[in-house]
Amino acid sequence: MGKKLIELKNISKSFGDLVVLDHFNFYINENEFITLLGPSGCGKTTCLRLIGGFETPDDGEIIFDGKVINDLEPNQREINTCFQKYALFPHLNVFDNIAFGLKLKKLPKTEIVDRVHQTLKLVKLDGFQDRHISTLSGGQQQRVAIARAIVNRPKVLLLDEPLGALDLKLRQEMQYELKEMQRTLGITFVYVTHDQEEALTMSDTIVIMNEGKILQIGTPEDIYNEPKNRFVANFIGESNIFEGIMIEDYLVKFVDREFKCVDKGFHLNEAVDVVIRPEDFDFVPPSKAKIKGIVDSLTFKGVHYEINVMVDGREYTIHTTKYREVGDRVGLSVEPESIHVMRRQRS
Amino acid sequence: MKRRKQRILMAKAMGVILTVMTFLILYVPILLILMLSLNDSARGYQWEGFTLKWYAMLFLDDIMKDPIVNTISIAILSTIISTILGTIFAIGIHALEKKRRVRMMVMNNVPVVNPDIVTGISLMIIFSILSFTLGFSTVLIAHVFFSIPYVILNIIPKLKRLDPNLYEAGLDLGCSRIEAVWRVIIPNISTGILTGALMAFTMSIDDFVITYFTSGNEYMNVSTWLYAALAREGRNSFTPVAYAYNTIIFLLTIIIIVFVNTRKERKVRTHEKSTCFTP
Repeated sequence: MGKKLIELKNISKSFGDLVVLDHFNFYINENEFITLLGPSGCGKTTCLRLIGGFETPDDGEIIFDGKVINDLEPNQREINTCFQKYALFPHLNVFDNIAFGLKLKKLPKTEIVDRVHQTLKLVKLDGFQDRHISTLSGGQQQRVAIARAIVNRPKVLLLDEPLGALDLKLRQEMQYELKEMQRTLGITFVYVTHDQEEALTMSDTIVIMNEGKILQIGTPEDIYNEPKNRFVANFIGESNIFEGIMIEDYLVKFVDREFKCVDKGFHLNEAVDVVIRPEDFDFVPPSKAKIKGIVDSLTFKGVHYEINVMVDGREYTIHTTKYREVGDRVGLSVEPESIHVMRRQRS
Repeated sequence: MKRRKQRILMAKAMGVILTVMTFLILYVPILLILMLSLNDSARGYQWEGFTLKWYAMLFLDDIMKDPIVNTISIAILSTIISTILGTIFAIGIHALEKKRRVRMMVMNNVPVVNPDIVTGISLMIIFSILSFTLGFSTVLIAHVFFSIPYVILNIIPKLKRLDPNLYEAGLDLGCSRIEAVWRVIIPNISTGILTGALMAFTMSIDDFVITYFTSGNEYMNVSTWLYAALAREGRNSFTPVAYAYNTIIFLLTIIIIVFVNTRKERKVRTHEKSTCFTP
C-alpha cells in the first residue's frame, strides 16, 4: 500500500451540544479502499463532509498530501464526492452533468467530449449522453453520479452510502463494479456505509465507528476474526458473546466451564468478553461434549441452517450445514482458535 | 329507483346552474367593459354602434398617456428589482437553519396579509419623515417593497424540492460559492422566479391603494388617475378610453395565463412520459 494521503489529526466536531466527532484520528493511504462503518448517527457522514470541505472541524487538523487543508474551499480540493441522493443537476442532460467539472476547468472542447465519452464507457452508460436525468433509473443515476465525479480524475473519491437506494441484486453488482473501478483507476476511495456486508466485501481497510469514536481499524479479515470489543463483534456478523474470566494464558472460563484458547497477555482472573461465531460451533455426540443442549428452533437459510440451541437457559446461535430436529439433544464443541477473547469494555 | 334517478338529475342540474351563475358573475362585468370599449357613445351605457376610436385615442391622444406610461414603467422596474432581491432573499432564507428559517418566513408573511391601506399609510409616513418628495421614486420603492414577499413565497417551495446536496455538488465539482448559486441553484428554481416575477408585475399594475398614498399630487398611475377623474367630474366623466385600456390589460393577462399554463402542462407531460421509463 502507498504512502499516507489523508490524515485526520485529533479532529473534533460538534453541532450545538451534540458532539459528533470526538478526538478523531486516522489516516488514509494512497489507492486504498477505506470504509467508514457504523450505525446511523455515528458521525461517519460528518467525517466524510470534513474531508470534502463541506464542514470545518472545531478542533484538529485535516492533512492532505502533506498540507493542512482545514480552510480550503471544496472547489480547491483534489477530491470529488458521490452524494447519498446523487445530487445530479436536474436542468442538465447526462453529458452536461458529467462535463460540468471539466467545463469549469475550461478544458478544450474536444478533450471534454473525449473524456466524457471514455467515462460513460467506464460506467457502462454508452449512448446515454443526451438522456435527461429524470428519464434514468436509480441505478443509472448512480452511475452518472460516479461518472460526474471520476471524470475530473480526483485523487480521492468520497462516497456517502451511494448504494443505499438500490435493490439488493443491483447493489451487489455495483459493489463489484465500484471495486473494479477503484483498482483500474487507482483512485483512493473513502466509502461510508452502515451495511457491514458491503464493508466486508469491498474494503481494504474498515474503520468501525460508534458515537463519534473509532472502535477499531483493520482489514475486513482482522475485524471479523479479531473484533476488539463487544460492539464490533455484534456489529460485524453474528456472534455468541459470553462474559468470562481469563484464568491464565491460553485458558479461559465461561458458562462455568474451562476452555483452551489461543489468547494471552491478560491479567490473572481478568473479566473478559468471549466471542464465538455461529459457524465455529460443531455438533458432537452429547457424551463427548462440554456443552450440551436441546435444539430449540431451526431455520433454513439457503447455504446453511440457523439452529438455536438452548443450553442452561441460554440460547446459542449456530450456523451449520448439518440437519438436526427440533428437540434433539446435541453436544457442541468449539476449537481453541475459534474462541476469541476480548478485553471487557469499560462502561 | 325512479326517485333516486330524479334526485341525481336534480343535483346535476343544481351543479350546472351554480357553475353557470358563478362564471356569469365573474365574466359579465369583464364582457361589459369589452362591449363599452367598442361602443360609439362617450357618455352613458346605450349601444350606439361599433367603433375602435377609443383604442385609437388611447394610443394617439395624450389624454391617458402619462398614467399609462407611469403604470407600465413602474410595473417593469419594480418587477425587475423585486425579482432580483426576492430571489437573493429566498436563497438566503432557505440556507438558514430551520428555527431561523421559520421565523424569517413568518416575518415575510406579515406584509402579505397586512391590509394595503396600512402598508400605504405607513409608507407615506415614513417617506414624509425621511422628507422624500412623493412621486416616481417613492411609488417605485413602495411597489418593490410589497412585491418582494410574493417573489419569496413563489421561490421557497422550489428550493425545498431540490436535492439538499445540489449546491454542495456544484462546489465539489469546482464552482465557487457564487458560481454554484448561479449555475446550479438558479436554473433549478427558474419557474419559481418566473411566477414570482409575473405576480409582482400584476400586483404592481393593478395597485391602487398603496400608489394612492405614496404618489403625491402630481404623479399618477392609471388607477389613481381614474379615481381623480371620477372625483373631479363625477361618474359621467368616465371616458371610454379607460374601458379600452382595461380591455387591453385583460387580454394581456389572458395571454400571460395561457402561456404560463401551457408551459406548465408541457413540463408535466414530458415528466410523466419520462417517469414511464423509470422502473
